[in-house]
Amino acid sequence: MAENLAPNWRLREQRYQLVGNVCLKCGAKHFPPRQVCTECRGAEFEPFPFSGNGELYSFTTLRQAPSGFEDFAPYAVGMIKLDEGPLVEAMLTDVNQDDLEIGMRMEMVTRKIRAEGERGLLIYGYKFRPSGD
Amino acid sequence: MKPKRDVGIVGYGAYVPRYRIKASEIARVWGGAEEGMPIEEKAVPGLDEDTITMSVEAARNAMARAQINAQVLRAVWVGSESHPYAVKPSSTVVAEALGASGATLAADWQFACKAGTEAMQAAIALVGSEMADYALAIGMDTAQGRPHDALEYTAGAGGAAYVMGPAENALAVLEGSYSYVTDTPDFFRRTHQYYPEHGNRFTGEPAYFAHTLQATRNFMERMNFTPRDFQWAIFHQPNAKFPLQASAQLGFTRDQIVPGLLVNRIGNTYAGASLIGMTNVLDNAKPGDRILLVSFGSGAGSDVFSYVVTDKIVERRDLAKRTAWYLARRELIDYALYARFRNKLVMN
Ligand SMILES: [Zn+2]
Repeated sequence: MAENLAPNWRLREQRYQLVGNVCLKCGAKHFPPRQVCTECRGAEFEPFPFSGNGELYSFTTLRQAPSGFEDFAPYAVGMIKLDEGPLVEAMLTDVNQDDLEIGMRMEMVTRKIRAEGERGLLIYGYKFRPSGD
Repeated sequence: MKPKRDVGIVGYGAYVPRYRIKASEIARVWGGAEEGMPIEEKAVPGLDEDTITMSVEAARNAMARAQINAQVLRAVWVGSESHPYAVKPSSTVVAEALGASGATLAADWQFACKAGTEAMQAAIALVGSEMADYALAIGMDTAQGRPHDALEYTAGAGGAAYVMGPAENALAVLEGSYSYVTDTPDFFRRTHQYYPEHGNRFTGEPAYFAHTLQATRNFMERMNFTPRDFQWAIFHQPNAKFPLQASAQLGFTRDQIVPGLLVNRIGNTYAGASLIGMTNVLDNAKPGDRILLVSFGSGAGSDVFSYVVTDKIVERRDLAKRTAWYLARRELIDYALYARFRNKLVMN
C-alpha cells in the first residue's frame, strides 16, 4: 500500500503555491500558516498566497543529506526573507554554491522535492533560486 | 479548421532547464565523428525537474502574460511523451500549482512530438465553441535517448504553455488551423520500455517530410496563403537540418525561420519543440505580423496554425521572463554529470 498519501495531500496548497495565512486582528502574515498569531496571539486568519519573491537571508550546504534526499546531495538550503515579511527555510536550486550571496534576490519555483522510493508518490514543492533581478 | 467564435493566444510562456551538454561531448564518449553533429548542444533537466515542474513554470509565465485569474481556466492540458507517472495525470498537479484546480478539465495528451499542438487544437475548440472562455495547452518534454543511440545527441528538455481565449483579449489571433495524420511507424516506445525505438532513415522522408509538407501545403491552399504572406514560420525541429530543408522546399526563406529555430541551442524538445520556437517569435514579433506554426509528431502527423499578432503584445510580453532569458541561462556539464542527472548511472 502506498504510504503518506494523506499528509502530503493536505499540504499541497502550502507546498505548490506558497499559501500561508494573514492574521485578521493585526495583519501579520505567516508562512507556514499558523493557528495562533505570534504577534498578537490572535486566532482568526485568512489564507494568504505569497508572491514567492524575497531575498537570501542565510544559507548553508548539506553534504550528508537526510533520508530521502540522498540523490540530491550536496545541496544548498537557505532562509529566504519573503517581501511580505516571513522567513522561509527551503532548498535552493539552479545555482552554484559559489554564486550564493546574502541579500541576493530570490524567487520561488516548484520542483520535485523527493520520491517516496521507487514505487511511491513523487513529492513536489517550493524551492528558491536567484531571480536574476 | 476555424472555430465559430474567434480565438487567440491570450498568454504564452517558455521554459528551458539551465544545464547544457555539447553534442561534441557526447561524441567524445562514444567515439563519434565531431563533424556533422545534428545540433550544437542540448538542454538537460536538473535532478529536481521533470515534465510537471517544467510545465508549472512555463504555465506561470503564460498566466502572468494572460492577466487572468487561474479560476477562470476551464482546461489544463499537458502534452508530453515524458509524463512522470504512467498512471496519474501531470495536469492535475499543474492545475493545483496554478490555483486552477476545482471546476476545470485536466488531462495528459500523448502524440510524440505533436502532443502539445494537439492540446492547442483542443483548447481552440473548447474556447471557440463557447464551452469555455480560457483553456491552457502545454507541450513539454524531458526526452531520453538511449546511450550511444543517434537520438542521444538531440533529445533535449523544454517546452511552452499557451493560454487560449477569446480574440478580443488575445496577443495573437488565430486565422485557421489544420491537421494531417497517418499510421506511420517511424518512432515509438512500448509500455514499460525506458527508451524509444526509431526507424533511422525511415524517420525522414515518409515521416517528418511527408506529413510536414503535406499538412502545410493543404493548409496554405485552403487559406489562400503563400510563404510571402508570413513574417515568421516555425517548424518542428528534431535536428537543425530537417526544418531548414522542409521550409526551403515550401518556399520559405532562412530569415523567416531563424527566430523560431532553437534546436541548435536546446536540442529537440519533442512536444515542446515547435511551441517554444513560437514563444521566441512572439517575444520579438510586431503587431500585424503573421506567423505560421507547424508541428510534427511521430506515429505520425502534423498540426498547422496561422496567427496574426495584435497590439496587446507590446504591453504584455514583458510581464514574464522571455525565451531569451532561458536560452542565456546556461551551465555547461560533462557526460558524467549528464549521466547522473538523467539517471543513467548504476549504483554499484
Ligand atoms: Zn496577529
